[in-house]
Amino acid sequence: MNSAKTATLKIQTPEGIFFSFQLAGPIPRFMGWTIDAASISVIASIINGLLGFMGIVSRDLASAATVLAYFLVSIGYGIVTEWYWQGQTIGKRLLRLRVMDVQGLRLRFSQVVIRNLLRFVDSLPAFYMVGGLTCLISGRAQRLGDFAANTIVVWNPKISEPDLSQLLEGKYNSLHDYPHLEARLRQHVSPQQAGIALQAVLRRDELEPQSRIELFRDVALHFKRIVSFPSEATDGISDEQYVRNVVDVLFCTKK
Amino acid sequence: MILDLKKFIAEEKAYWTELETALEDLETKPGHRLKLNELKRFHYAYQRTSADLAKLRTYSSEPNIRRYLESLVARAYGEIHETRQKPHRLTPFHWFFTVFPRTFRQHLRAFLISLAAMLLGCIFGGFALGIDPAAKEVIMPFTHLKGDPSERVAKEEGADDDRLKGAKTYFSSYLMTHNTKVSIFTLALGVTYGIGTLIMLFYNGVILGAVAFDYITAGETLFLFGWLLPHGAIEIPAILFAGQAGLILAGALIGWGRPVSLRMRLRKISADLVTLIFGVAILLIWAGIIEAFFSQYHEPVIPYAAKIGFGMIELIVLTLFLAKSGKERSI
Repeated sequence: MNSAKTATLKIQTPEGIFFSFQLAGPIPRFMGWTIDAASISVIASIINGLLGFMGIVSRDLASAATVLAYFLVSIGYGIVTEWYWQGQTIGKRLLRLRVMDVQGLRLRFSQVVIRNLLRFVDSLPAFYMVGGLTCLISGRAQRLGDFAANTIVVWNPKISEPDLSQLLEGKYNSLHDYPHLEARLRQHVSPQQAGIALQAVLRRDELEPQSRIELFRDVALHFKRIVSFPSEATDGISDEQYVRNVVDVLFCTKK
Repeated sequence: MILDLKKFIAEEKAYWTELETALEDLETKPGHRLKLNELKRFHYAYQRTSADLAKLRTYSSEPNIRRYLESLVARAYGEIHETRQKPHRLTPFHWFFTVFPRTFRQHLRAFLISLAAMLLGCIFGGFALGIDPAAKEVIMPFTHLKGDPSERVAKEEGADDDRLKGAKTYFSSYLMTHNTKVSIFTLALGVTYGIGTLIMLFYNGVILGAVAFDYITAGETLFLFGWLLPHGAIEIPAILFAGQAGLILAGALIGWGRPVSLRMRLRKISADLVTLIFGVAILLIWAGIIEAFFSQYHEPVIPYAAKIGFGMIELIVLTLFLAKSGKERSI
């Protein structure tokens, strides 16, 4: 396992497969905690309101129930939600954060309890200063509670399947007329270069018009340097169209 | 070579979906057990997805599918390579009467260190008050302890009305929550390599020793035991167990030259810490009830002999419970 001081934690399975977790830093975690603190206040207020009715029977009993309920909510909130939602609280769910075992194994109940109880130290002297500083220093962005419980907090960005329909399905691609040059292109282009071209095509609508023109000009120029197609294949098409053709050649092998 | 993504996705997606469905079942239904044929399929889907991830990483740099497959492989990895036993059904009686005392006995040395720290604090507290009575103002945490013990005893014994009337349950719940917070804090301070835990235990000992010295030298020994024993017989050991848990954590952090990695040491003790702190919480519920409903009433309402007797019985039962309960019978 690689625990290099980066924002990711890489794990190698016995099958030799690597996968990585993107570690969450102190800022998103603090934001998550703010949401959780607000959630605890709301839950406690609701319970408080409900227990208010007990005051009709006994004021002493109602006061005791309020004290106990607040204690249980403030201590139990993190434990219950992280256990029930497999490492997530309301704040973590909203910010796509998740608590995980440091070795990528299933999160245990004892780990959830320990990391939540050690908040008592992490929150010292105020606003999670100890926890935040430890998180900054730690190679795995762990606060003391995470360290003792063998847990990490990861950020899971929204993952969606790429919309490959944006490629040239069913449309004419002038590069297909030169299969030997297509083969050379596939041979000489690395997966990383191909990935850049694919991302440029898939995310082109997110770009400013001027940036879009400049980006596709640079990318097209790069691929033209790798393999030079005859002018019949490239004349009259824009740089963006050229890159789309290249991506089509690289990612959608002609049947 | 660059992967034909469309063809690749079309061919492999069924296996990814199969793995994802199985994972969702395993993650959302804790009691779910796979049958042998399901297990084989699950393993096959995991291996296939792992191979797809390797292929994708080698022949394509499409980040979205890579991340999706990584998340599937990561989740499946957690399920397949998990060697720790899955938690059983919740069995509170078994846990309290077997697991808790066994855990206590297993870490007896940490408890003895915890006890020693508190006793040292007691000696120091008594000694400090003995050489400098003015230190009382600083040491005593509550105002009612800062006055003259004999005056307090006379006031308590001569009281006509119940000062906790209509607030006993509230007082009891306050004591439970406050003491549990102190206990959790004592455990959590174990992360400071035990220094914080030892300071907490020592500090509590100082208060206890100072109070004891103050009341004994004032000739109020009977009142002191009658007042403290009924709840203290449980509350003080509970704080000591929290200290024990903190010192177990510290021991795992320090390692003491054991040829086991820090991660493994922490993993090994995590269940024990949880057992001890939940045990402490239960004991403090009892102590809170006794303190609010019993300890605060003195002679002539409740004779001191009855209160001291009750406290002694609690202490004996607790000692027997910790020493004998859940003990494996030798054949």
